[in-house]
Amino acid sequence: MVEPLLDIEDLDVRFSTSEGVTRAIRGVSLTLNPREVLGIVGESGSGKSVTALAVMGLLAKNAKVTGSIKLGDRELLGLKDRQMSSIRGLSIAMIFQDPLTSLNPVYSVGWQVEEAIGAHQDLNREERRAEAIRLLEIVGIPRASDRIDDYPHEFSGGMRQRVVIAIAMANNPQIILADEPTTALDVTVQAQVLEALKVALDESHASLVLITHDLGVVAGLASRVVVMYAGRIVEVGTADAVFYSPAMPYTHGLLGSIPRVDDDGGARLRQIPGSPPSMIGTRPGCPFSPRCPLRQDICLTEEPELRSVASSAGSESHQAACHFASDVVSMPIASMFPNSSDDQEGLPE
Amino acid sequence: MTKKSSSETVATTGDVHSDDMDFNARGQWAMVVHRFLHNGQAMTGLIAFFLMLVVSGIYTALHPNQYAALSIAFNQGPSAAHIFGTNSIGIDMLAQILKGVLQDVQVAVLVAAISVVVGTFIGALAGYYGGKIDNVLMRFVDLVLVIPVLVVLIMLSQIVAQKANNWFYLAIIIGALSWTYIARLVRAEFLSLRERDFIEASRALGASDWRIISRHMIPNAIGPIIVNATITVAGAIVLEATLSYLGLGIQPPAVSLGLLIEQGQNSATTEYWLFVYPAAFLLALIVSVFFIGDGLRAALDPRKNRVRA
Repeated sequence: MVEPLLDIEDLDVRFSTSEGVTRAIRGVSLTLNPREVLGIVGESGSGKSVTALAVMGLLAKNAKVTGSIKLGDRELLGLKDRQMSSIRGLSIAMIFQDPLTSLNPVYSVGWQVEEAIGAHQDLNREERRAEAIRLLEIVGIPRASDRIDDYPHEFSGGMRQRVVIAIAMANNPQIILADEPTTALDVTVQAQVLEALKVALDESHASLVLITHDLGVVAGLASRVVVMYAGRIVEVGTADAVFYSPAMPYTHGLLGSIPRVDDDGGARLRQIPGSPPSMIGTRPGCPFSPRCPLRQDICLTEEPELRSVASSAGSESHQAACHFASDVVSMPIASMFPNSSDDQEGLPE
Repeated sequence: MTKKSSSETVATTGDVHSDDMDFNARGQWAMVVHRFLHNGQAMTGLIAFFLMLVVSGIYTALHPNQYAALSIAFNQGPSAAHIFGTNSIGIDMLAQILKGVLQDVQVAVLVAAISVVVGTFIGALAGYYGGKIDNVLMRFVDLVLVIPVLVVLIMLSQIVAQKANNWFYLAIIIGALSWTYIARLVRAEFLSLRERDFIEASRALGASDWRIISRHMIPNAIGPIIVNATITVAGAIVLEATLSYLGLGIQPPAVSLGLLIEQGQNSATTEYWLFVYPAAFLLALIVSVFFIGDGLRAALDPRKNRVRA
């Protein structure tokens, strides 16, 4: 058994707002192994980004975090901001969603890469500059030594995201958290940026947590996948297990909502009716039950635990939070959801 | 496969806009300077301002005591010997006006410096930390804002007027009461800047609060700060002239344009040169500073800062 690099245990994040307490994360436990790519998927508001920000200690001040986040043997929760600063960027680096806004417009890209290097390493100016050029070359900036003094506005979106990746790997972090790294980019550029990310991972031997709502991105990169819904993990397993034998109706719905090459042409995409529940207050039962076509009485009263899926083709590491996981796993993907052309009556919002 | 095609695509993109790039697409400051230099009004202001400053400086350096030198040429109109005439005790008006210009600029620049330093500091703390710190600091700003400058100066005039270098104390008092505008402006800039992703990103890199404020946020707010510093310069010149006119500002034998206007107003119809020339210089000084400020505002306009968004 490999010692996990990052061990999140029973993480709970609440925000006190004027409308009440929002429970953004409810009892999330997950581990990240060395040199692993872990995908976290889910729709907006499912708690993906909050999980990442909690690990970085960058949540807003009104957040109340309980549980445990361990980096190796070190507990990160409860560390002072100063102590966290020595971990941020050095052990755990983060890539943000929008490369247009995550670079400072008034400095050259070289300055910003050098700043990242200088934050944790004691190098002189020439060494920093040489290192910055090396990093920019790794992530695929052509003629990096010429372009190092250019400003972010002189780069395209994909090029900027490469710079952001170079900044993230500047101090050879153990973990890179990528929060929707390709969402703001063109589909054609996405593949290039993911390629740059792969190269960066090979180079720095880092583990990657890839947060996205794009299942295609996860499928290409991740070895293990976590599916989040309403602040909880509802399914976790190897990418193969989650993609080929999902054991949670929500995962079925996600997979059914993306176009497939092997589909017979003309078929409409299947959609999950309704929208995610409000996170304010608590209500009994499975949070997905209002949108679930397999809903039974037990779903309305009892929230299912995350349990191993016995009959899964994957392995015992495949877990799902559904009372009927063993039935769901054997169903053809997405067949339980209606085509968008079908009548959707009877499913409450 | 993906990798090869990606680097090819990239190479072409790179070629397009790096070799034939002129300085329009260069760094932000090059663009700002370029726009300022091509703004006729701004350049007129800048040239007029520096002309007045340089002429005053050279003249005063060559004739350091001329502004107070008495002569028997009382109340002379403009002539070859005294191109702006003389006053009732025979002092050359040109020397007094040029000395007054220097004095006004000296006061105004010190006021602007105090305002920028104090205002940026207070505004940065309030905007960056928010919450209680913001609340306390902004209530303090409100308090300073409602203190009437004239009342304070009338109260302090007995003390300030007797000091030897009283322009210095005057500038400190004006500065201590006029930083609030820049503080509110910097706070507002910081409130929007701190939500920007690159601030979050540098925090994710392990940057300290101080580093984020000084290296990332202030450089992004520097445009409005500079513009308002020039407006503060113009405002301080006006305020100093007002105070001197009321007898609360610069005290004789030192001169300022406001003081000269006050001394010359009674004879504005008979010995017009005593009033018109100082007033004209004051006007030119203020207008040129405003032109500079307006040109800076246009040049620093963030909507024009990027060639491509």
